[in-house]
Amino acid sequence: MVAQAEGQEAPAGKATYDKWCAGCHGEEGAGDGVAATYMLPQPRDFTTALYQIRTTASGELPTDGDILRMIDEGMPGSAMPGWKDYLSNTERTDLVQYLKTFSRFFEDEVPPPVEYGGAPGVSEEGLAEGREFYDKIECWKCHGQAGRGDGPSAPTLEDDWDLPVRAADLTEGWNFNGGYTTEAIFSRLMTGLNGAPMPSFADLIDAEFMTEEQLWRVAQYVESLSPEMPEVREVVRAALVETLPATVDDPAWNQIERFYVPLVGQVIIEPRWFAPTVDGVWVQAAHDSERVALRFTWNDPSESPSAEWEEWRQRVVSVMQPTVETTVSTAEEEATGDGEPEVGELLPDALTVQFSTTIPEGMKRPYFLMGDQDEPVYLLNWSSGGDTSEALGRGMNAIEAIAGETVLVSESTFDEGQRRLLLSRALTLEGANRLVFETGRPIPMAIFAWDGSNGESGTQGAISTWYFLYLDQPTENITYVFPMLAVLLTAVLGVVIVTRAQRGAHGAGPGSGSD
Amino acid sequence: MDHPLKQILALVVVLGISVATACGGGGGGETTDGEADGGAPAAAGSVVSPDSAATINGTVSFEGTAPAAEPIDMSEEPTCAEKHPDGAVRQQVAVTDGRLANVYVYVKSGLGDRAFPTPSAPVTLDQSGCRYSPHIVAIQAGQSLAIMNSDGILHNINTQPTENRGFNISQPVVMETSREFSRPEVMIPVKCDVHGWMQAFIGVQGHPYASVSGADGLFSLADLPPGEYEIEVWHELYGTQSQTVTIGVKETAEVSFTFNSDMAGNHVPMGEPLVLR
Repeated sequence: MVAQAEGQEAPAGKATYDKWCAGCHGEEGAGDGVAATYMLPQPRDFTTALYQIRTTASGELPTDGDILRMIDEGMPGSAMPGWKDYLSNTERTDLVQYLKTFSRFFEDEVPPPVEYGGAPGVSEEGLAEGREFYDKIECWKCHGQAGRGDGPSAPTLEDDWDLPVRAADLTEGWNFNGGYTTEAIFSRLMTGLNGAPMPSFADLIDAEFMTEEQLWRVAQYVESLSPEMPEVREVVRAALVETLPATVDDPAWNQIERFYVPLVGQVIIEPRWFAPTVDGVWVQAAHDSERVALRFTWNDPSESPSAEWEEWRQRVVSVMQPTVETTVSTAEEEATGDGEPEVGELLPDALTVQFSTTIPEGMKRPYFLMGDQDEPVYLLNWSSGGDTSEALGRGMNAIEAIAGETVLVSESTFDEGQRRLLLSRALTLEGANRLVFETGRPIPMAIFAWDGSNGESGTQGAISTWYFLYLDQPTENITYVFPMLAVLLTAVLGVVIVTRAQRGAHGAGPGSGSD
Repeated sequence: MDHPLKQILALVVVLGISVATACGGGGGGETTDGEADGGAPAAAGSVVSPDSAATINGTVSFEGTAPAAEPIDMSEEPTCAEKHPDGAVRQQVAVTDGRLANVYVYVKSGLGDRAFPTPSAPVTLDQSGCRYSPHIVAIQAGQSLAIMNSDGILHNINTQPTENRGFNISQPVVMETSREFSRPEVMIPVKCDVHGWMQAFIGVQGHPYASVSGADGLFSLADLPPGEYEIEVWHELYGTQSQTVTIGVKETAEVSFTFNSDMAGNHVPMGEPLVLR
């Protein structure tokens, strides 16, 4: 409670806080604003003074600079935006002081930042040493062997508020709460994330188990796992190839361009979903004038259906939908007292790729959430539960299968927290509402993804906006003729000029007499 | 790595014995089977004259049938599973012959504004067989907590106090780390995020009069100044109980507490959030 005597001026920062922050963090800073209900991770409770991103030791209070940095840059990977461009310097520095009034801990002295030297230069050997220590200090226990947040302890992680929390996917540095420069990562390793399971590793240096330089190597290795934040392009190009890649992991896919499609939770149609697992899908496409093949690659720490992740699902659902019964168990199991659900009852992973039923003229497209009554969409559905189907969507809750023999070929693999899926279909199919993939025309395309182990199905999953799939046209011969002609003409001209010049220099050549 | 650890262990054992001796027996601090080893009581400060020091001895009983100890599946961690040939169980309700172990007991009030020196000997919290030993720790504010990893596999020690600043540190190898808490707090949960079943509780007092009931359900608070005290006992599932005890010069008082499984729904107090001005 920030007591305020009547007639006394409100503390600096209060007006800004009430206007921009209280909606999520609550009027008294307890992280219980009206918008907090639907968030995971939830807004920070400032009364505990547990700040994740700090320069001070594990458990300690943050410096003013730490709090300001968080306000300025926001918390990537969460709902917290950066405010640097929206609030003035004074507003932001006043906010820092105001946030501190929510906890009596700030009457204690704030310790100085943890001291350390600079990063060593990056080298192949250094990265190998980083990996070696990634194993030795068991980062993989939570973050997984490939760093995708799929380690054996990942399904059990809880924060200080007993809420389920993900081990960071180290291959998506742009989602790191504190940024993904080498120094930011090193600072997290040194100081940990207060309130989260991520501990500090600083004591390992004190105990001489490893040197500071070796911890820098770990930071450099972690940084190396993540590419730059992928650029989002509106058009996914399907290259024309002689032979389509035959399988989902055919090395031929390595020659085909990747396009990143970001996904967000479906929050328009009830029941909504605010905590999707899949935040982006890489799409690759190719066709051979007969068939089109699409390959989708996305990170998901759980291979659903998964008994290992069932407790996680229950915890997520109990936070996101407190009124829903979370346990999956049949009456029979209840009778025998065996609460362990059968794998068959658990939710699968699923992906749907959505197209318009016909290629529209101009920019008009059906409603992006699986169409509506007036304008349906054409859906290709895949599920790790074994179903692959074509369907017609007239809204998320009005999906009907397209009758007829299965024409869709699908293959999926899952390893180290990554799912790869191949879907392939003939460009032209008989029957109404079956999209004909024409070359040389932009075809509206959108993606939906569900992580069963996160409690996702139906309207509760991740969605994209509309993109376009563009199938390359067969290159016509005329395209080759003109450049060839140009080259030939230049060559002929060159020969002519050189010959003429030579004649000029040496007088009439041996053959000139016959001219 | 074995040698230094053994030396540390030996040192800790020696210190533990000397501390226990200095406290006049230590009572519940001793362990019999490792299932229910309470933390040794902190060394009493020298503020109490030996001519007047009094003692409160107590018994914690459990009435009725104790719930079966919850088994822990340690198959993912063979290093730890090997240390429990008969299968590992949780230490929440440790009942032997009607006596309840792992109950934190402390003087809640009655000491007035006496100040007590901080003991120089550390209190040990070990991680062994993917469990904490002891399960309940009694420590004094400012006293060093020596956190050990005897398993040599990754543990993180994530303390979640409300009135103190906590810490969350990684110990991926056999090693020892020291930390302390600055304010009294009953109780501070400790967890390991790698092994979700690992749980300990730390009680912090501004004085040395705190202990943990042993496997025999016994505890002892020695070297008390004569006076009237509120003695509280705390159990992680069954909540708290308290009694007022008056002791005179060099007297020894006996108290007893009884828990039963109907208390499982009781409120279990943890640290109180610090109140703003």
